[in-house]
Amino acid sequence: MMFGKVRTALVLAVLLAASACHRRTTGPHSIRVFAAASLGAPISAIAKVFEAQHPDLRVELNFAGSATLLMQLREGAVADLLATADEQSMATVATWDLTSGSPRIFAQNQLAIVVRKGNPKGITALKDLARSDLAIGLCGPEVPAGRYAREALETAKVTVHPRTLETSVQALVGKVSLGELDAGIAYRTDANRDSVAAVAIPNAHNVTVHYLIATLSHGLQRSGADAFCAMVLSKEGQDLLHAHGFLAP
Amino acid sequence: MSLHLRFNLNRGPLQLKLDLAVNAGETLALVGPNGSGKTTCLHAAAGLISIDHGTILLNGAVLDDGTGNAFVPAEQRDIGIVFQEHRLFPHMSAQDNVAFGLRAHGIGRKAARLTAAAWLSRMGLGDFAAEKPHSLSGGQAQRVALARALAKAPRLLLLDEPLAAVDASARQDLRRDLATHLRAFAGPRIIVTHDAVDAFVLADRIAVLEGGRIVQTGTTEAISSNPRTRYVADLIGLNFFRGVVRDSALELKNGARLIVVSQHQGNAVATMHPRSVALFHEQPIGSPRNAWPAPIEALEPALDSVRVRIGGQAPLVAEVTAATVASMGLRPGLTIWVAIKATEVHVRPE
Amino acid sequence: MKRRSSSSLRVLVALLTAIAVALFALPILAIVTSAPWSRLIEQLSSVPVQQALGLSLISSFGAVLLAVLLGLPLALWLSQSTSLLRTIVRIIVTLPIVLPPVTAGIALLLAYGRSSLVGAQFERWFGFSLPFSTAATVVAAAYMGMPFFVLSVEAGLRALDPRYLDAAASLGAGPWRRLWSVTLPMIQPSLRTGILLCFARALGEYCATQMFAGNLPGSTRTLPLACAVAMEVDPELAIGLSLILASLSIAVLFVLRHSWTPRR
Repeated sequence: MMFGKVRTALVLAVLLAASACHRRTTGPHSIRVFAAASLGAPISAIAKVFEAQHPDLRVELNFAGSATLLMQLREGAVADLLATADEQSMATVATWDLTSGSPRIFAQNQLAIVVRKGNPKGITALKDLARSDLAIGLCGPEVPAGRYAREALETAKVTVHPRTLETSVQALVGKVSLGELDAGIAYRTDANRDSVAAVAIPNAHNVTVHYLIATLSHGLQRSGADAFCAMVLSKEGQDLLHAHGFLAP
Repeated sequence: MSLHLRFNLNRGPLQLKLDLAVNAGETLALVGPNGSGKTTCLHAAAGLISIDHGTILLNGAVLDDGTGNAFVPAEQRDIGIVFQEHRLFPHMSAQDNVAFGLRAHGIGRKAARLTAAAWLSRMGLGDFAAEKPHSLSGGQAQRVALARALAKAPRLLLLDEPLAAVDASARQDLRRDLATHLRAFAGPRIIVTHDAVDAFVLADRIAVLEGGRIVQTGTTEAISSNPRTRYVADLIGLNFFRGVVRDSALELKNGARLIVVSQHQGNAVATMHPRSVALFHEQPIGSPRNAWPAPIEALEPALDSVRVRIGGQAPLVAEVTAATVASMGLRPGLTIWVAIKATEVHVRPE
Repeated sequence: MKRRSSSSLRVLVALLTAIAVALFALPILAIVTSAPWSRLIEQLSSVPVQQALGLSLISSFGAVLLAVLLGLPLALWLSQSTSLLRTIVRIIVTLPIVLPPVTAGIALLLAYGRSSLVGAQFERWFGFSLPFSTAATVVAAAYMGMPFFVLSVEAGLRALDPRYLDAAASLGAGPWRRLWSVTLPMIQPSLRTGILLCFARALGEYCATQMFAGNLPGSTRTLPLACAVAMEVDPELAIGLSLILASLSIAVLFVLRHSWTPRR
């Protein structure tokens, strides 16, 4: 699907608005999970398996950018679990005394150059992104992926003149898939669809991203949250994460 | 110098078909009931709408021949129009309104404004040059509109009910001024009106339009002495009947009979002045040959009398004094005896 | 009994009215009270904010220019009749008012992006592709703002008594002079309303711009985009920028205050 991600972003925006506005209405038997947008596919898959194994529990999912998730929590949103795409966000939440127990790394990810399917512009390495004939997009520095991309470019000593600084990885990949951008730097997991392809960035230049999960102290479903957390870390959960391109911790 | 209108024009329910000529220096009043096509006729002459068939000629030049090829749009016809509601441009001063036509004809701003000021003075509105239309009275606005139409020296002057939207108090003055300026205008002029006084005071000739057709044309004298339709008779204030004369009686279509004095037999029209209609509470005994009871429909105050509109089989109007209305207790709904002497009914063969 | 019921009605109406007013007033009040007033000058004079403000003004004035240039002829044409074709065109032109802005952005990207026919031709002619350019912010702003201009002007034109144009024609004014000296001055209130509404909508444009023009400081990051980005890293700055945007919108509505209440 051409606009799979764009459409997902739309749906997410609506969900976000809805979830931020009402307190728990689904009863005591549902676990609310706040997760970074990039975790959408694997966490949804894990939630499905979890619900099958725990018929008395339902999993409510709220995916958004890390900054948005933080803002929602700061403004009083209640959740049982939080999964972030970086350590910094989790550390911030910890300073608010919202986490219970120490956060666990449950997955890793790496950056990749996302190009159109078939790589029509022949991009093979970070240094190609300095080519003046290419329209390059990055995420802005306010987004973790944007910061990591800058780190990677600095390490590789490549200067890029981006045409745009997107506010989410989804928007960036969406524009690459539409052909409006020739390439962008995103996570390798984002290239996991039909219209785009990933060009790997060598480990020497790459940035490894750690995904952390923690139960939240104000959560209402402590045991359920622990069970979900355990499933994410179990072999079953790890296999699902791997299937979506994530690396084991 | 003359305007010749000979055309057919169908617009919705209106089917206009006429043949009219107006000479230079002549004012033609186009009168007729609402919807008779007066204004449409004027718009065709002005070039605001085009005709279906026929020709419109001004001084021999074709302005429209119904084919679309010869159609001269309004802005190129060199005409002056005064509309019913003045239609002065609300965002311009009186002076700029008058200057508008001159500017449109390529005259410089300064010269146009000078000429406009002179025209306003001539209309007695020199002090109102800077006023916007909304601060002018109806009569003043209509004078500005007249100045605007005349300032650019058009070849043809068209007036569409120029007095209808003006207060009764201001109408008389405006009518007099209008008469003066019409006389001073050299080209053909047409005034559309439904007011008999306007037509008789301002026009040299009257054309009566009913249902899209000219039913009567003539000088004001000819029209008033010989109205050919009920509308014309009403217009000049006469009672009007159409029927067949048989054995010294006019038989109306609905069977009613009116005793008349006439040598003529057959189709005829009859008129009588409202003053010759007498009213009685009881059946009158005496010379009137025509007497019948009928209900009063309405009382309409006229200049120095009251017009009593009477229904029944032969509807007519009687004119009585206000004192009579009071002493007889006349009121709508009251049934009263109507009496007319046979000699007061003027019969003309048709 | 009657008096009592009418007075209880009055209380109810007053109460609901107060709630309604509060619903709208509190957010504005919140922005004003939360604004970092002491840092405001320093914030607003920073280069990124100046850049964003400049871009916002360029895109908004550009949108107004496009609206007048293209919207005026369109409004004239639309106002001439009520044929089916014109109705369809009016719906298409009005659509951005009700369309979710993100949809508008996607549509713009698909229609004028460089992989589209129009976009490719544009790139051939002008040497750059429309998306991610300042020109794209103008196009997005015009797409979202122009409908207000067209609708307002069309309404003005329809309300204009055509008999004034007859009068002008009878005075020798051709089509151009009629348009310039009669039509435009007489619909001036609608023109002004249309321009201001278009400007205000263009100024506030966020989603379609982000989608179609991208988000690069100094090139396409207008004030609303800067405001959204600031919300992620410096919420105080975001509130300061919101204050400017809200002030500009209030100023526009203040100028337009007579357009909503009939003047006597």
